Amino acid sequence: MIGYLARRLATGAFVFVAVTALCFLLLYVRGGEAIARSLLGSQSDAGPEFVAAKAEALGLNRPIPEQYVDWFIGVITGDLGRSFVSNVEVTAIMATRIPITLSLVAVSLLLTVILSVALGVGAATRGGLVDRVLQLLAVAVRAIPGYWLALVLVLVFALGLRLFPATGYVPITTSFGGWLASIFLPSIAIAIGNVASVGTQLRGAMLDVLRQDYVRTLRSRGISERAIVFRHALRNAAAPAFTVLSLEVIGTLGGAVIVERIFALPGLGNLALTSGVLGDIPVVLGVVVFMVVVVVVVNVLVDIINGLLTPKARVG
Amino acid sequence: MSADLTGTASAAGTGGRPGLVRHLLRSPLAIGSILVILVAIVLAIAEEWLTPFPPNSVQIQLTNAPPFTTDYLLGGDKFGRDILSRLIAGSRGAMVGVLIVVSISVVLGVVTGLIAGYYGKLFDSLGSWGAAVLMAVPGIIVLIALYTLVDASMEVAMAVLGVLSSPSFFWLTRTLTRGVKSELYVDAARVSGLSDARIVGRHVLIAIRAPIIIMTSFLAGTALAVQAGLEFLGLSDRQRPSWGGMLTDAFANIYRAGWQLIWPGLALGLVMAAFVLVGNAVRDALQGTYVKPSRRARRRQIVQLLGDAAVTRTLGTRAAPMAAGSERQDSGRPGQEPLLVIEELRIAYPRETDSREVVHGVSVQVEAGQVVGLVGESGSGKTQTVFAALGVLPEEAIIAGGSVRLDGRELLGLRPAELVAVRGTAMGYVPQEPMSNLDPSFTVGAQLVHGIRAQRPEMGRRQARHLAMEMLARVGIHEPKRTFASYPHEISGGMAQRVLIAGAVACEPKLLIADEPTTALDVTVQAEILDLLRDLQRERQMGVLLVTHNFGVVADLCDRVVVMREGVVVEHGAVAKVFHDPQHEYTRMLLDAILDDVAPRSSVPRERRG
Repeated sequence: MIGYLARRLATGAFVFVAVTALCFLLLYVRGGEAIARSLLGSQSDAGPEFVAAKAEALGLNRPIPEQYVDWFIGVITGDLGRSFVSNVEVTAIMATRIPITLSLVAVSLLLTVILSVALGVGAATRGGLVDRVLQLLAVAVRAIPGYWLALVLVLVFALGLRLFPATGYVPITTSFGGWLASIFLPSIAIAIGNVASVGTQLRGAMLDVLRQDYVRTLRSRGISERAIVFRHALRNAAAPAFTVLSLEVIGTLGGAVIVERIFALPGLGNLALTSGVLGDIPVVLGVVVFMVVVVVVVNVLVDIINGLLTPKARVG
Repeated sequence: MSADLTGTASAAGTGGRPGLVRHLLRSPLAIGSILVILVAIVLAIAEEWLTPFPPNSVQIQLTNAPPFTTDYLLGGDKFGRDILSRLIAGSRGAMVGVLIVVSISVVLGVVTGLIAGYYGKLFDSLGSWGAAVLMAVPGIIVLIALYTLVDASMEVAMAVLGVLSSPSFFWLTRTLTRGVKSELYVDAARVSGLSDARIVGRHVLIAIRAPIIIMTSFLAGTALAVQAGLEFLGLSDRQRPSWGGMLTDAFANIYRAGWQLIWPGLALGLVMAAFVLVGNAVRDALQGTYVKPSRRARRRQIVQLLGDAAVTRTLGTRAAPMAAGSERQDSGRPGQEPLLVIEELRIAYPRETDSREVVHGVSVQVEAGQVVGLVGESGSGKTQTVFAALGVLPEEAIIAGGSVRLDGRELLGLRPAELVAVRGTAMGYVPQEPMSNLDPSFTVGAQLVHGIRAQRPEMGRRQARHLAMEMLARVGIHEPKRTFASYPHEISGGMAQRVLIAGAVACEPKLLIADEPTTALDVTVQAEILDLLRDLQRERQMGVLLVTHNFGVVADLCDRVVVMREGVVVEHGAVAKVFHDPQHEYTRMLLDAILDDVAPRSSVPRERRG
């Protein structure tokens, strides 16, 4: 198990370095001068000497690998640099935004797991209507963009029925109910797509497991249907579903950007958008770091859970 | 954002099937979807000539004009522009974007996947690492940065999206290619000197094209969604009408004219749905659809095929426990009839419009303390017969007729909960294939304990553990403690079979049903397992119903024998009598097989039972 863990962590570290390097290159490849000019864009009288000075001041004239190494050492020590625009520390800018995006991701993942298990297990054991609903949902959410669904949710539940606030965020420390109400609709909008893929995966795996020889043998021992479904079959079917879930996390983060916009939640997605427009590369990279860390952590977690669920995987 | 489609699409199996196109053309949903896509393509090509108004021209008096009332057929937007014209004009950007994403993603993913899958080794490692990295890239942030920081055009951004979604195709192609590569016909092609390029072109590409078509159509839908999403965020050339941009305009106007969301949403939804439904239709054409029938649907199906009685026998009664006397030997006379009586048992499986019977009125009896062999080749229905007795037939099976009585109590028609109580305590079951009959996720000990506690709810965890350990020692496992804590993949087949026997007899059933208990084992282990079964049978005076294809085993262990062929009992009697004076030609043939010392099916140890 320890060797298995070490390998997973090493893969995670490699992915982190590779992805951040790729993004770094992509954002800085235009060269210091071009970046400085776009930062100074509003001051139309900025002459070439101003541009050069700005580039120099921000350290943009050094070779990109050198800039990356400097930046990377900073990341490891918890320093993401300063904003090109406001000169505030990037970590400070992100600090107030992270709870919002994390809330969205956490609540939507929780909803995904609960609904996927309910629908996936229901479809595989009861069949009939539940199975039809799940299969229809799987097609429907692929065909309906998540943000369009979010818009409809706003129209119906927030503006029409006035059950939830249409926009804004309430910190969990202020009021738990207010917090939940403020992120419930956006989380649903994100979760529903995940439920379709994770739920279908779980259904297929459950149907498959329930036909296995060992399930018949367990039945022959007089173990109740409930114990067979939830204790034995669900555990064996969970690993592939978890793998799909970990892939969905990346999509969830992407979906969060748009959903934050629709519900006017001041999260990281909104931050990346506004910083991008302003040309504030360090802040955008900060958001990239956060997202890659979430993706890597979730992947390692899922690998560990799968290792615990399926003893055989620990060997391989 | 690069939604994982590998799981769903790779399940689609390999190889196109002749008549796929014909199959698609029979599905109205598929035809409709293809039409929608064709319309979108035509609009995209000819948008300049089809828009009723120039998409950017403004008529102030038609600002927010409601649909179907003015010259603006679908209404006017908040700037007084014609929504219909903008929808038509927006189709070009949408379809070009989809085309870019799909072509880059497919070419990149399929080519690298083919190389990695076909040549393996270094190519495989490189490709896999690269795919893992690309999949962790926060795509939407990168795309936002491209638009805002690098000033990229929509076309460049879509090309990047194509690269970011290529891992799905890489994994799919790699997995499928590896599968095809190991097929015998590819080996044969290689041996006969075909070049790699020819092999890939002729065999591999043909085998993988259908799953790729499916995944491509799903990706087209995703690409459209992502593109419109970015436009919705305001990241596009505002001069070019786009569906996502129209959503933004409508969203900004949501309090005044919320209906404006409908049109761009409808356009996006229709085209996305069309892509997805085409993919679905291809998949369904290849592997069919399966909706698990509800209990009610099963009931209806069985009634229709075989009548009410079959429903009760197969699914159990819904009513309270069966009243005494509703069946002849139902009450009060245990001991007067044999321990197990299977009478005129008929088992059928539903087909499209009718049903096919596989067991045609089989009767078998097992007296207490007696060992009865049930002999026949595969497909003779012997396993189906014992599964019916245990109540573990496959879900689709229908018990068309007959009776199964244990100690005088009718088992067919019991409610599922009552049947659960009978299993384990009254009957134990030893399966054929030891390794596939242990739950891979639990230790050997844990699953034994689950079984024991299910049958003996009064037992505490510690007591059950103790009993399980004792049973492991009893079935001849030398280090019970170690085996108890082992996972199934850590023990040998022979050991696994001992564990399964321990599980079957732990709660001292009166009847043991063993289904080919030695077939899957090494010859040396077979004799040991048979010895163990014989010892346990004598020690506990169990009745045993032993399914086998091997008369040698029958001679070794059984008192009586029942010979089955094609779902019918052809001969039965005391072992000695049947051995010395077989009446049926089929029995003689089976007997000859042991004289030759060749088990009739030793060459196919893992075939499916029938």
